[in-house]
Amino acid sequence: MFRRLTGALALAAFLMATFLGGAFAKQQVIIESWRTDDLKLWKDVIIPAFNKHYPDIEVIFAPTNPAEYNAVLDSKLQAGTAGDLITCRPFGKSLELYNKGHLAPLNDLPGMENFTDFAKVAWSTDDGSVTYCVPMASVIHGFLYNKDLFDKYGFQPPKTWEEFIDLLGQMKKKAPALAPLVMGTKDQWEAATMGWHNIAPNYYGGEAGRRAFLAGKEGFHTDGFLKGFEALAQWAPYLPRGFKAVSYSDAQQLFTQGRGFIYPAGSWDIGVFHQMNPKLNMGAFKAPPPTGATKSYISDHQDIAMGLNPASKNADAAKKFLEWLTTKEFAELYGNALPGFFPLHNFNITISDPVANEFLSWRQTSEGTFRMTYYKLSDQKPDAETDLWVASVNILNGNQTPEEAAKWIECRLSSWYQPHKHFHEELNCK
Amino acid sequence: MRRKPFPWHITVFLAPAVLIYTLFMIYPMLASLKFSLYQSLDDGRQVFVAFGNYIKLLTDPNWKEPFWNAFWNNVVFFVIHMSLQNPIGLLLAVLLASNIRGAWIYRTIIFTPTILSVVLVGFAWKLILSPTWGIWFPLLDRLGLGDNEVAIALLGNESSALITLSLISVWQNIGIPMMLFLAALIRIPSELIEAAQVDGASSWRVFWRIQFPLIVPTVGIVAILTFIGNFNAFDLIYATQGALAGPNYSTDIMGTFFFRTFFGFQLRPGDPNMGATVAGMMLLIILAGVLLYLYGWQRRMEEVQF
Repeated sequence: MFRRLTGALALAAFLMATFLGGAFAKQQVIIESWRTDDLKLWKDVIIPAFNKHYPDIEVIFAPTNPAEYNAVLDSKLQAGTAGDLITCRPFGKSLELYNKGHLAPLNDLPGMENFTDFAKVAWSTDDGSVTYCVPMASVIHGFLYNKDLFDKYGFQPPKTWEEFIDLLGQMKKKAPALAPLVMGTKDQWEAATMGWHNIAPNYYGGEAGRRAFLAGKEGFHTDGFLKGFEALAQWAPYLPRGFKAVSYSDAQQLFTQGRGFIYPAGSWDIGVFHQMNPKLNMGAFKAPPPTGATKSYISDHQDIAMGLNPASKNADAAKKFLEWLTTKEFAELYGNALPGFFPLHNFNITISDPVANEFLSWRQTSEGTFRMTYYKLSDQKPDAETDLWVASVNILNGNQTPEEAAKWIECRLSSWYQPHKHFHEELNCK
Repeated sequence: MRRKPFPWHITVFLAPAVLIYTLFMIYPMLASLKFSLYQSLDDGRQVFVAFGNYIKLLTDPNWKEPFWNAFWNNVVFFVIHMSLQNPIGLLLAVLLASNIRGAWIYRTIIFTPTILSVVLVGFAWKLILSPTWGIWFPLLDRLGLGDNEVAIALLGNESSALITLSLISVWQNIGIPMMLFLAALIRIPSELIEAAQVDGASSWRVFWRIQFPLIVPTVGIVAILTFIGNFNAFDLIYATQGALAGPNYSTDIMGTFFFRTFFGFQLRPGDPNMGATVAGMMLLIILAGVLLYLYGWQRRMEEVQF
């Protein structure tokens, strides 16, 4: 009995010693994130790589479910229990956190010069004077295609929009059992994200068009923006049978099982598809510009960044981690571990996955722009992004013509977005 | 005459229920109603706006349209339940009460979906109707309906999605009215029915003249339970169509509208005050229905019975 007691005491003392010793010797940095999928990656790859440089800093990656992340983070920040580092959503959400004093300005952080203004725009104040998160990665839109099926039928990836639509027509004729373009409208967001955001920048002219839109010179119903909707409408005959009830995961299944030719993709799909069907032989092509266009544009959307909680008790250690995020070492590590999430650093990095590399190479040949509705246009209700989902689905489902849909979404936006007020009267919105 | 002492033991027995009910039901409900009378400023302060939020919900086109859309969709949802779930439930109960062989097997089978999780039911039906996996396409091809736009995408068409979801819900919940009706039917003394049969009454006559009048109170209870359940419904739509209740908000009901308003959606942050306002309207609608039942139906029932 006595022996057992001493044993227990010794064990308790040992545990105390290690716990206290650990706490005193190491500084702890806790990361808030929504990337539950990457938990293993952070534990096994990223944090050990960081610890090679800073063995005394203990980094804990503590993700929350993506759907609850914003709400959980808000309540933690209010209660003062949030971690030291905060993974930043792009645009509005992070700006709101910065304005409420929950993100520290990072202009002076060494290494911030490794990012262009375009990379930082999603996490900077509107005038661009303060940046409050270190950009980590963006996602790029394009099209994935089944190489084996293309070879079998002798198809080539299209260079222009007209070739693209023509190709879809040939597919429908030559292989009626296969879907030319694998996408559904059931979950709604694909129609806008993989559809409109993917192809429309070629019509409205990327960043220049987006700025003209923000300034109120263009609207959803004018020139390039309307053409974007019209281009999207051309997809309808080539979507899978029963596409109105095809969900995102249904479409992923159809494509990876080889039941369709082309998949309008976000680059994050690459890694998922490798897992779903390792044998799938994929190729990629970027959104084809209309014939005669001199420039082409891709959607290169800032997706993830990391900022500092001003209430952090280990701000020094947390800043060291943020500094490390700006290095080339991190960029290569992250880009290769998560094919399809592309680091936003200025360095030329090599990515081993050929399909992901193809996506990345478009940054050299095309001008990047981000999903235009994410910046300012979705700050109030009715927000342009959700409306764009509904409008894109209505166009593909044949419930609205492109003109009707464009007018509908412009009327809703101009009901609160001041620079577009004049469109509200021009269009005779109710 | 001495007054009776105050019955303290009754308070002791009532206290736990009253306390728990107040703490977990009445207080949150009142707090939510109070919340709907305020608005949050950007710096987190709450200002009192009286019925401003309710006026906004019912007059601002950006609020009014989705609100009435959700309301009328909910009415359709309820009407389908009332006209299918409850009559069929009653029919099944009568059949089960008539001593058919293996009644308990049918009873169990029909009741099983009711105890399944809604998420499971939603997922199962999504798979059945799925264009990639399901048995739906082969079935349609057999029937020669393979080219029918509506039939190949039941959950994807504005015209069919809400009806399809209502039918799934009817399929799942039909066990409840069936059980309630069955319990009421079993309580009817068999002498009454036997006497009628001896007098030569047909089953049809027995049902309308004896069984149905005696279970009318249960019909009322089932109706009001359906009403409350339908106007609080949320889970099935959320599980199959997502919070956006597509296509084009055609399956949006009060529950999903409340969810999007309160918790926000995608890029749009939630608005707890407006959310509480929508919840307040839901309470009002349900209250109106229940009062109508209590005064219009229950009262008359009592007059008949006593």
